Amino acid sequence: MKHLLDTQGLGYDDALAILDTAEEMTAVSSREVKKLPTLRGRTVVNLFYEDSTRTRISFEAAAKRLSADVMNFSAKGSSVSKGESLKDTVQTLDAMGADAIVIRHSASGAAAQLAASDWSEAAVVNAGDGTHEHPTQALLDALTLRRGWSSAHSSSPRGTDLSGMKVLIVGDIVHSRVARSNVWLLRTLGAEVHLAAPATLLPYGVESWPVTVHYSLDEALSAAPDAVMMLRVQAERMGGVFFPTAAEYTRRWGLTDERLVVVERLQLGDTEAPALILHPGPMNRGVEISSAAADSPQAKILDQVAHGVAVRMAVLHLLLSQRQHDGNHDE
Amino acid sequence: MTHSPETATVMTAADIDRALTRIAHEIVEAQRGTDKLILCGIPRRGVPLAQRLGAKLANIDASFDPATSLGSLDVTMYRDDLRTSGARTPEPTQLPTTGIDGSTVVLVDDVLYSGRTIRAALDALSDYGRPQAVRLAVLVDRGHRELPIRADHVGKNIPTSRNERVGVRLADIDGLAADAEQVVIIR
Repeated sequence: MKHLLDTQGLGYDDALAILDTAEEMTAVSSREVKKLPTLRGRTVVNLFYEDSTRTRISFEAAAKRLSADVMNFSAKGSSVSKGESLKDTVQTLDAMGADAIVIRHSASGAAAQLAASDWSEAAVVNAGDGTHEHPTQALLDALTLRRGWSSAHSSSPRGTDLSGMKVLIVGDIVHSRVARSNVWLLRTLGAEVHLAAPATLLPYGVESWPVTVHYSLDEALSAAPDAVMMLRVQAERMGGVFFPTAAEYTRRWGLTDERLVVVERLQLGDTEAPALILHPGPMNRGVEISSAAADSPQAKILDQVAHGVAVRMAVLHLLLSQRQHDGNHDE
Repeated sequence: MTHSPETATVMTAADIDRALTRIAHEIVEAQRGTDKLILCGIPRRGVPLAQRLGAKLANIDASFDPATSLGSLDVTMYRDDLRTSGARTPEPTQLPTTGIDGSTVVLVDDVLYSGRTIRAALDALSDYGRPQAVRLAVLVDRGHRELPIRADHVGKNIPTSRNERVGVRLADIDGLAADAEQVVIIR
């Protein structure tokens, strides 16, 4: 694994290696010394062409906890606003000695283009490209689901996948790279994926995806999912009219207080533990998720944030340390 | 492995057990008891060895409680050869909840070779606290140190050449029967 561009091309073994490594990284955040010397002297560039606070800070925290040097480059107020091309920007960063480039771009495929080019030797991590993929978000969701599942079953999460889990993703699927990355990754890990969205917010060709589509949230909840992932209503990507009003969206597709009562009765597998509520953030409270749902003990939204740092540490570690040739060491 | 290697058994299951029994007695003698003693295995094979030492210490000194005095310390993220030998998935680190400050930590590993793993372990340990003292117990010392590190307790000194490899095969890790455990030299 030289780059992390998407989850569609991410193999089962690589995905588990990332999750297992992230599992150990979660412990670092609870230590007194929250730092590992692993990437000392390496440079990670956060190249963000789109606004992002959470993802950028998460990558920054991950790189810093591994002792890497971090350079933040955001397109706003930089040479990009003077018309510099992606190629020139990347070659400039490469000349400064970047070992890894974390890129977020509004164009789908920007990360893949960067990885396929000879502009830079750096490892490329896709931090969201257009409406294509956001692989680290899916990985942190998978880590959250796996930890929830194994703690309900009082087993160790290490080395396990998500088989037996039923995950429902609700909302704006068409604009959501998070949903796409999750569909591929959760399927790779053996989970059953359900989507619930109005027909206007489902992508063209969704019937060929390895998922079950519901056109009613209440019907989808009656299929007893183990986890419900609410997606943000992405007002900034909605050029057209996808639903009549926010209030109608909330009434039909929101995780309202009334639906929270239903979700509270859902169980995790055949255990006594309740189902999980996930949201990639930032939340529109009162639109796709009610405050009571967001603050309920079933909501793992802050765990997701913590797991994001752990997953990104794992990804940077695995990409920046070379692949091993044989698995056999004496020591 | 491209060709079938030649192996020679240098320790049998009984030899391993006797060596661990002696090390347990040595630790009690050196520490004048087991007060504030923590056994810390280095994954992967150091962890079951530390557990066995803990069981033996509990037999020798009833005040030693393996449940609160055993740990594992993963050193993957502290290694200095990550760039050349590649990324390994880290193993769990679990230390006693009381912490390691002021205690005597005995690091336990299977083979002592270059000393780089122990260097990494010392760095890792300092991120978790400040032990009163750190000791090192190994099942096999095969020589060829690259750092000024030595073991306090050694199961067996096995002179080797750098071309050889030492294989420690344990029931818990390698899925063997308990009496099939052995230490081999692979040429």
